[in-house]
Amino acid sequence: MVSTATALLLARFQFAFTVGFHIVFPAFSIGLAAYLAVLEGTWLKTGRQVYLDLYQYWLKVFSIVFAMGVVSGLVMSYEFGTNWSVFSRKAGPITGVLLSYEVMTAFFLEAGFLGVMLFGMNKVGRGLHFAATCLVSLGTLISMTWILASNSWMQTPRGYTIEPGTGRFLPADWLAIIFNPSFPFRLLHMGLAAFLSVAFVVGATAAGHMLAARRRGEQASEPVRVMFSMAMWMATIIAPLQLVAGDMHGLNTLEHQPAKIAAMEGDWTSEDHAPELLLGIPNMKTEHTDYAVGIPLLGSLILTHSLDGKVPGMKDFPAQDRPPSYIIFFTFRIMVALGMAMIGMGLWSLILRRRGRIYDSAALHRAAVVMAPVGFVALLCGWVTTEVGRQPWTVYGLLRTENSVSPLMLPSMALTMTAFVVVYFFVFGSGLILLVRMLRHAPQTGEQGPTTENSASVLGARSHPHELPGHDTPHGSGPA
Amino acid sequence: MDGAAYWLPVIWGVILAAAIMIYIVLDGFDLGIGILFAFERRRDSRDIMVNTIAPVWDGNETWMVFGGAVLYGVFPGAYSTLLPALYLPVVTMLLALIFRGVAFEFRVLTRIGAGSRSAFWDFGFMAGSVIAAFCQGAIVGGVIQGVSTTEGSFSGGPVDWLTPFSVLCGMSVVLGYALLGACWLIWRTEGALQQHCRVWAFPLALALLACIVAVSIWTTQLHAPYLRRWIAWPNILIVAPVPILVGVLTAIFMWGLRNRHHITPFLCTLGLFFLSFSGLGITVWPHAVPPGLTLWDVSSPPSSQAFELVGTAILLPVILAYTVYSYRVFRGKVTADDSYH
Repeated sequence: MVSTATALLLARFQFAFTVGFHIVFPAFSIGLAAYLAVLEGTWLKTGRQVYLDLYQYWLKVFSIVFAMGVVSGLVMSYEFGTNWSVFSRKAGPITGVLLSYEVMTAFFLEAGFLGVMLFGMNKVGRGLHFAATCLVSLGTLISMTWILASNSWMQTPRGYTIEPGTGRFLPADWLAIIFNPSFPFRLLHMGLAAFLSVAFVVGATAAGHMLAARRRGEQASEPVRVMFSMAMWMATIIAPLQLVAGDMHGLNTLEHQPAKIAAMEGDWTSEDHAPELLLGIPNMKTEHTDYAVGIPLLGSLILTHSLDGKVPGMKDFPAQDRPPSYIIFFTFRIMVALGMAMIGMGLWSLILRRRGRIYDSAALHRAAVVMAPVGFVALLCGWVTTEVGRQPWTVYGLLRTENSVSPLMLPSMALTMTAFVVVYFFVFGSGLILLVRMLRHAPQTGEQGPTTENSASVLGARSHPHELPGHDTPHGSGPA
Repeated sequence: MDGAAYWLPVIWGVILAAAIMIYIVLDGFDLGIGILFAFERRRDSRDIMVNTIAPVWDGNETWMVFGGAVLYGVFPGAYSTLLPALYLPVVTMLLALIFRGVAFEFRVLTRIGAGSRSAFWDFGFMAGSVIAAFCQGAIVGGVIQGVSTTEGSFSGGPVDWLTPFSVLCGMSVVLGYALLGACWLIWRTEGALQQHCRVWAFPLALALLACIVAVSIWTTQLHAPYLRRWIAWPNILIVAPVPILVGVLTAIFMWGLRNRHHITPFLCTLGLFFLSFSGLGITVWPHAVPPGLTLWDVSSPPSSQAFELVGTAILLPVILAYTVYSYRVFRGKVTADDSYH
């Protein structure tokens, strides 16, 4: 029994570890691809060089992030089977089909046009190249839609019947499966999170270059200023919207997964004038949140939008059906706090913008550099909150996590866990170092756009995403 | 069994086989180029090799994600049995593909500055490709030799897959991909690199042929039904062209290589892969998880298979069309002259 429990724990840890790494890359791709599409579109419309400079600059980053997303995602597409074979057999008729649609409508689209986007500037012309950029961006959004439909179905399952005997989930109504109750809120919340995460990385990059320019006693270059301005607009507009989206998502979760809300809030007894706990340490054994500091009535107000709304407590649910509050109590609070910081950053930049000082305030720029990872940290915290909050179920209320795991032996599980940790930290750590090194170089001005047919190959190499000495550009000279 | 419940799994079996075949061909020459890094030491040649696949490798690898997703959605019984059974080679392959994929991007980016790590990532690209190719062969071998199941679930041990047969299959795939990579480069490059590839292609082809013969004979000894499939009348009429065509294609391959054709060796190698893969399919049909589970045993309900089939019938031709478009955009010889110095 001990080894079974340990194997389950390892299977969960391994899955969480690999998804946790993976989730960062698609989110990065979603935001960055949309940004690239906007940059290229604006360049085509206005003809201003600065947008092309920024496009070429972030395209290099995109190629690295996308590659890391592909390889870490490849792991995910097989890990449902390796770690959660019972879940796969029972829920595969639904979740596997949704995943297949994701591959067919999104992955192929992204990968198929990525080559044109990265290397095709001189081969296909402006219009087609812009189309390729838009298709890659569209692919990232479609991909998010399917994967969140699948994840939301696991959280709030609808449109299924359960086959007697085998316990398989059989699809009964595909529209109900895809448009399940939590799907729209999750999609909106995750989409905005991806845009915000990238906005803060872009803003931090620009801010770093502005600080460097200031140290040299220079004015920051035009691409850097445009980059910063665009990023701060995103923060100003999207961060408050995200608060609204998060609030709507919270109401939806209260309706469909009250145990998750109780665990997030650290509430043990159900009450109708509930305080909002700011801090505390939920204790699953004593059924009490120790050292709780709260604001009276605020809990009811936030969760039900009325002062006397009834808020669930964890004691409403049998002990074996409660999510582990001690994790998500904190991840939820970190996410909200970082969200508030992002809203603050947006407002601050707006005030300075109105005063015409957005490019001059060293304090704002330093804060922007510090804020570089907050979008991603908040995204990961939100993801932990929603996934751990779903426990102890893989399909909410229907299939338990402990009944979903593969019949795996502990030694092979432990062996591969070690391998995953070593390889992921090494590979993706190296990738992060490379990205930071790339972003330390300021954007070049005067990047080449697509030239006319059969232009000189030297120009071809200039549009290469890596654009470093010694790297060759694939460049055809006609059919063999 | 009524019509849909019988035919949907058959149709899906064909689609899945086609997807795996497309993956083997497309990512096969990508992996082959990585394997050939073991022989080609010059940096500029290596850069040309990598540049022949740079715009397309993401798309090539997507076929493997597609294979996994189809297995998961349409044959969840096979997905949930084979992956635990082949857990170690599958995870090893995935980790090797991670190394291959990022090394491919990183080897250039790490070239600037002191303390360059690009030699390390070159090695990572090579090692990742060799290990991933070997694991793919071992996985195929592990499936063909059979997986022990009880009531539709895997019930064997973690290293059941590791046998002399699966090791031979792994080595065969490494050799086969190396040959595919060499022939791809004969087609897509010129000059010294192309000449090197011609030199490598000859022994690789001989070694692969030996492997095909060995695996074929060994396979028929694994289970009695496998042998019957190939020697019983009237099956033999249908299957006899397979070994005959292998001989014919090998002859054309050697002729094309000797006469310095550019694309003939590549096409012949594709043909050899197709025949070998078809041969394996003929052998195990209609089993999805030999020796116990058939396609029908491991299938999703018809409602799942039908829903996925509607989308696939529309989307797969579109995917193939823009994949072909993307290859056409980057057609032609890749040379060092294309580089930026």
